[in-house]
Amino acid sequence: MSSEKEPLFSSKNLKLLTTPLGAQNPITVQVLGICSALAVTAKLEPSIVMSLSVVFVLVFSNLIVSLLRNTIPSRIRIIVQLTVVASLVILVDQILKAFAYEVSKQLSVFVGLIITNCIIMGRLEAFALGNKPWPAVLDGFGNAAGYGLILVIVGFVRELFGTGNLTFPGIGEVQIVPDIVYEWGYVDNGLMILPPMALITVGIIIWVQRSKNKDLVDIS
Amino acid sequence: MENLLNIFVKSIFIENMIFAYFLGMCSYLAVSKTVKTSFGLGVAVVFVLGITVPANYLLENYVLKEGALSWLGEGFADINLSFLSFIMFIAVIASMVQLVEMIVEKFAPTLYTSLGIFLPLIAVNCAILGGSLFMQERDYANIGEASVFGLGSGIGWLLAIVGIAAIREKIKYSDVPAPLRGLGITFIITGLMGIAFMSFMGIQL
Repeated sequence: MSSEKEPLFSSKNLKLLTTPLGAQNPITVQVLGICSALAVTAKLEPSIVMSLSVVFVLVFSNLIVSLLRNTIPSRIRIIVQLTVVASLVILVDQILKAFAYEVSKQLSVFVGLIITNCIIMGRLEAFALGNKPWPAVLDGFGNAAGYGLILVIVGFVRELFGTGNLTFPGIGEVQIVPDIVYEWGYVDNGLMILPPMALITVGIIIWVQRSKNKDLVDIS
Repeated sequence: MENLLNIFVKSIFIENMIFAYFLGMCSYLAVSKTVKTSFGLGVAVVFVLGITVPANYLLENYVLKEGALSWLGEGFADINLSFLSFIMFIAVIASMVQLVEMIVEKFAPTLYTSLGIFLPLIAVNCAILGGSLFMQERDYANIGEASVFGLGSGIGWLLAIVGIAAIREKIKYSDVPAPLRGLGITFIITGLMGIAFMSFMGIQL
């Protein structure tokens, strides 16, 4: 792809893929895309579907914007980016409505809100506009995966402690906490399902991550 | 009238944009360091939500919805353009924000200077698009209900951001564990505020 014959997965490119999973995580470090991240995580299934949708939209919007980067006049670039993203989101929305109607009902407006998800505009502005298509695809995939990682962790914790079940796409609800534990007196924590606990769960994830990685600590 | 009041109170307290749906979290976290700036952003959000929700209501009911084009004639009665709603809403929001910015600059220069850079930023605030999408999903009966819902959601958002900014100003003086400082503690406080706001649940006028 480039003149100096860079291998497809050179260490530089691999880094684009892996840093967003940890040290540059879009949610816990860059603080992008919180809006939709928290609301859909009451159960595991919508969190997984939401992550996959964001992976799709971010990879392709990064690719398209990166391909167009030399032709977009910088004055109207926001509108162009919004149009690209909105078209991709409409695609995702229609596919979900056709093949996973139940989940699309649960996600309700949050599929549409992928358009204004700051993670997408942020990556388009910061990366896709200045880089070649292949690194842009990797960057998109890495960031969306980092976003998805947090979503799945939060969804997992909230559903497991809130209801004792886990819902997987395609399989349905699976009871994880065995009946005997309930007989011992264990009670599901209904608070975990309510919206505020999503915030507190993310807060605790940030706490754990920052106490492991001292570089991220906010000194201000 | 009672119905409108009900929607108003509900959209401020019970279905608060931040605490119940986490909309507009990005700017909520980024701009809530001081009360003054967060108040400016909050007012701008109230303003823009109060304008874009009714505008998108008209668009939805006279252009996009199934059968909405029937005022054009018989042949248009069964056209359903609702799959276009995302792209149309975002276009309306982006142009409305631009328009509001120009009008405010011309007729209320003091307000313009106090809103400053926040107005253009609002086009990509999830709370604004979220307001329009909720309006579409909940199918409000007339434009009055839609505008009241827009204004109420904006005021709820304003309350939330001013509240967190005030707490963050105070928390500077407390001894928060180092890894929790900044983002982490803000998340947890917002969660606690959300729990407090849940006590409004069940209020019915």
